[in-house]
Amino acid sequence: MVSFILKRMGLMFIILFLVSVIIFSLVNVLPGDPALLILGQEASPEAVETLRQEMGLNDPLYVQYFRWVTDVLHGDLGNSYVDNTAVTEILMQKIPVTLELTVISFLIAFFISIPAGIISASRKGTLLDYTSTLFALSGVSIPPFFLGILLIFIFAIGLGWFAPSGYVPFAQDPVQSLLLMILPAVTVGIRLSAELTRMLRSSLLEVLQSDYIRTGYAKGLRERGVIFGHALRNALIPVITVSGLQVGTFLGGAVITETIFAVPGLGQLVVNSILTRDFPVVQGAVMFMAFAVVFINFVVDLLYSFLDPRIKLAGGTK
Amino acid sequence: MNEVSEKSNLDVKNLHVGFQTKKSVIKILNGIDFSVKKGETLCIVGESGCGKSLTSLSIMGLLPKTGNITAGEILFDGKDLAKLNQKQLSSIRGNEISMIFQEPMTSLNPVHRIGKQITESIRLHQKVRKKEAEERAIEMLRLVGIPSPEKRIHQYPHELSGGMRQRVMIAMALSCKPKLLIADEPTTALDVTIQAQILELINKLKQEMEMSIVMITHDLGVVSEIADSVLVMYAGEVVEYSDVKSLFRNPQHPYTKGLIESIPKMDVEMAELPVIKGSVPDPMEMPTGCRFSTRCPYAQAACFYEVPPMEESEDSHQVRCWMYSERWETIEREGILDDCSRETAASRELIGG
Repeated sequence: MVSFILKRMGLMFIILFLVSVIIFSLVNVLPGDPALLILGQEASPEAVETLRQEMGLNDPLYVQYFRWVTDVLHGDLGNSYVDNTAVTEILMQKIPVTLELTVISFLIAFFISIPAGIISASRKGTLLDYTSTLFALSGVSIPPFFLGILLIFIFAIGLGWFAPSGYVPFAQDPVQSLLLMILPAVTVGIRLSAELTRMLRSSLLEVLQSDYIRTGYAKGLRERGVIFGHALRNALIPVITVSGLQVGTFLGGAVITETIFAVPGLGQLVVNSILTRDFPVVQGAVMFMAFAVVFINFVVDLLYSFLDPRIKLAGGTK
Repeated sequence: MNEVSEKSNLDVKNLHVGFQTKKSVIKILNGIDFSVKKGETLCIVGESGCGKSLTSLSIMGLLPKTGNITAGEILFDGKDLAKLNQKQLSSIRGNEISMIFQEPMTSLNPVHRIGKQITESIRLHQKVRKKEAEERAIEMLRLVGIPSPEKRIHQYPHELSGGMRQRVMIAMALSCKPKLLIADEPTTALDVTIQAQILELINKLKQEMEMSIVMITHDLGVVSEIADSVLVMYAGEVVEYSDVKSLFRNPQHPYTKGLIESIPKMDVEMAELPVIKGSVPDPMEMPTGCRFSTRCPYAQAACFYEVPPMEESEDSHQVRCWMYSERWETIEREGILDDCSRETAASRELIGG
């Protein structure tokens, strides 16, 4: 177990290093001079040059990279070019917003997909199964931005049940905060739940063919007991894997959703910072997202061994 | 002997099982009859696809969704299992009738500990507390010969060998002291030495717990060791039914003879092991007469279009073959039975007409 964790941490380190190189290079090949951006279009070339010198922008890229990485390792992600606040401080404001959206979306996804997957698999070939298949197919094929606009149109503008956009921190007013989060969370959650439903359905159908399921019936268990007591835990393993991988897709999708619903989270932050060439913020936010994805998949791997005792994390001996 | 002990535990009468396809019902089991007395072991033998397992699954009420009992009765303790619904059956399964399967490697749930899997059946059928159920599980594991059961209940199936897992399956099946144990090829997947141990264990427990056993096997060696009576099945029908001694001393049906002859013998030198030529007919294209006629070395024209009746000879030895009918002489002489069948036979070019 310990050796597994150490191995995975080493791997995480390598992945994050590669991500940092890629982010740094990408940001630096973007057109646009940050010094010019800070000083404004009217600034004299001399002033721009002095500022570039000051910011270290004239140093070779690898020097700039190592300066940045060293700072990152010390917990300093630099300061925003735009208003000079620390990037860590900006992130601390945005992370809870995106976290709230993520948690609610995944909860919605699980609440829909687990029952839908179970019904679909245990009532294979019935109207219920076809309905859930249809739902899953539409969920996967409708682009989130379209679904988002559709939801705003129906539930915010048409029915007036929810506000079309905005954000209130959870700590400040939980009810209002959740009400505002529902539409964006449903937008992402439906897509997620569609994929997870399909996954759970096929995985359950396979598990239900197993010999130990027959043993369950032979013991005298009824269908419900067999599904919840024996099939579900085995069938959830691939679903958990996919959920872990979906976190990455989710954070990417959040960029769009947060923009549509004006949720001031990480996604919106990245978009805005790219538009203003605020490189330290872009680098910091993307680094954090990469870290989150790698870390969550690490946790998923740990979860495996709890779900399936045959998976030994140390890779061989126990 | 008083009446109660003489009474049979399981009585299967004229059991028909069919599978629903989009177009029609395919008949798989065709009028199975047998009974198992209290404390008796019945072996069902036959080659793959003859309906052995289906017979046992019918008793358990565990037929696949498309399968149905289309006629007949399965009387167990006076109840007709064929008429019970799934809820009623589930209170009998694992409680009064238990089953063990061919594949010990995959028949236990890989994600639950052994102890949990055994206590699950106990707590399902008997109102006992978790602690008591656990003690019972340990006692059962000790009974089936698993060393240090207190530790084993905390282990997962993958930490045990195939033989040990089959012992766990037996412990689980017997945990509610069933009156009937159905064992579907319980030793097929195991090493020969382990096979003998498991058979011995089943036999020992049968005597201790006074239960009846229906054992499905294709291994006549197993039959000779464990059976009191034997049911030989071929293509969904019973072809011979007798007590074990009579069957081995005096096998009657050509199929049974073929099965016994195809066992390798150590004391006889043979250039080639005799085999039964051909294979089990497709359920969609069953012969109209005797189902074994297509492979039978003694078959006469009549055998192909007249279904032989079940004949009972001495010591209630039953056989489904024209050779043991009083009309066999006619068949041998004429090839057929009467004028009406002469026409049928001629039209199918079985005899010169």
